[in-house]
Amino acid sequence: MAALRIQSLKKAFGGLPAINDVSLEVAAGERRLIIGPNGAGKTTLFNLVTGDLSADGGAIGLFDEDVTRLASHRRAHRGLARTYQIITLFARDTLEHNIALALLGLTRTRWSAFGTFSKRFYDDAHEVLTKVGLQHLSRKPVSQLAYGEKRRVEIAMALAQKPRVLLLDEPLAGLSREERASIKQLIAAIPRDTTVVMIEHDMDTALDLADRITVLHYGRVIVEGTRAEVVADPKTREVYLGH
Amino acid sequence: MRWIAVLVLLALIPLILGEYYVNLASQILIFAVFAASINLLLGYGGLPTLGHAAYLGVSAYLSALVALKLGLGHAFAAPIALLGTVLMAGLFGLIALRATGLGFLMLTLALSQVLWGTALRWVSMTDGDNGLRGMTRPFGLDAAAPFYYFVLLVTAVSIWLMARYVASPLGAALKGTRDQPRRMGALGHHVWMVRWITFVYAGFWGGVSGLLFVYYHKYIHPVSLSLANSAEGLLAVIAGGSGTLAGPLVGAAIVMLLKNWVSAYIERWNMLLGFVFVFIVIFMPEGVVPGVRRLWRRFVSKA
Repeated sequence: MAALRIQSLKKAFGGLPAINDVSLEVAAGERRLIIGPNGAGKTTLFNLVTGDLSADGGAIGLFDEDVTRLASHRRAHRGLARTYQIITLFARDTLEHNIALALLGLTRTRWSAFGTFSKRFYDDAHEVLTKVGLQHLSRKPVSQLAYGEKRRVEIAMALAQKPRVLLLDEPLAGLSREERASIKQLIAAIPRDTTVVMIEHDMDTALDLADRITVLHYGRVIVEGTRAEVVADPKTREVYLGH
Repeated sequence: MRWIAVLVLLALIPLILGEYYVNLASQILIFAVFAASINLLLGYGGLPTLGHAAYLGVSAYLSALVALKLGLGHAFAAPIALLGTVLMAGLFGLIALRATGLGFLMLTLALSQVLWGTALRWVSMTDGDNGLRGMTRPFGLDAAAPFYYFVLLVTAVSIWLMARYVASPLGAALKGTRDQPRRMGALGHHVWMVRWITFVYAGFWGGVSGLLFVYYHKYIHPVSLSLANSAEGLLAVIAGGSGTLAGPLVGAAIVMLLKNWVSAYIERWNMLLGFVFVFIVIFMPEGVVPGVRRLWRRFVSKA
């Protein structure tokens, strides 16, 4: 069964096609890497899948359910989670509060105007933070964390929701070599009942996380296949590897 | 603890100060409930409303109309007024929340201006520019001190319930939609609905302040529905510190003291209000409450 099925997806900005007839299928449990030069439409593709943008045409299916017209919060409730290329955290709030908001999003309690949020959710947030090795920072405002730690929080927030499909938008962007290795470990440790789709520029690190690779160029899929197939394909070299 | 201390201090006012100041304190508290309800939207929801006088005014007008035209007592007038205000907030929320930011501000302003115009022109119903007079206070609280205690009780309960709302899971979600609406959607939160519920809740408390307002003055005039009234509320929140619980109270005190007390000595109190506001914005752009807290911390760490 396909965890994510995209069919002839289209999106244009003011006549300029950003996603031009993209179709792809990601099997349940798969690790899919999406690569392509700047402006290839990778992040736009993610925004269409999550519902931040609405498609001009085509269809998006999550586990054989058509979600093309669903609002983004409804897609989240069907098991879709994402991280952002540009850090999108609640900077003024503590780390535990950030994680707690992620936990709250999928419970009925999110509508409750009674009781105290911190009392009801911080304990569970600590559990999540322990798993990703950030428990010692749980009381700190996110704004005081180092950049590498914020990247880790991005992923932790998504993982807290135990998603069925996880979209990682450049999880290694701007990190040092050591930090990249540690984030890579975190991603590698994600259980296989979560399907992972990842946009990443750092080929050295990302390649061996991926089962299959899709190359996007000018809003189109130009190559798709296993690691070896894609790397060997001359079209990949032409548009992306540049040699 | 600190809040109980404040409550005790406020309860002492009628024992220490004369009737004039007790009445002034009543007005400050009523305005504080109004400002606190604006703060729910502006401070915690990041939604700048310039039309919140609509809820104060409509609730005041409704209760006055029910009492004066239908001859019903406060036991009927107050719930009818609040119900009408909440229904209106629900409808207005549907319209205003099609936008955020400046668009939201303009829509709230436009909606409240419609009501202001109606109150001014529908003379057969509202007596237009003469206003509606002849309202009574509930429980026969005509003396200054007993009425002040009534207002203090209602204010304390109102502020407490608004504080509970902000601390609740829904309140946490509200602050989340203020800071990162897109992320909140991706996390499964219904951003629009969280805002709409808050809009209605804020409308309700605006309505409560309207009831207290019309009880205090025993009179209601279209000016209560005007842009000036909405702006003064907004000013109080910003001056006191938006997104803090104490901010609207302090801000309400600043605005009302300037408007009622200082104006007895200085004719152009509006100008003074302007200067005070400029001073606050320059030296404590986050508002008096967070500003003083910051200065206090700096003072303590130096000492």
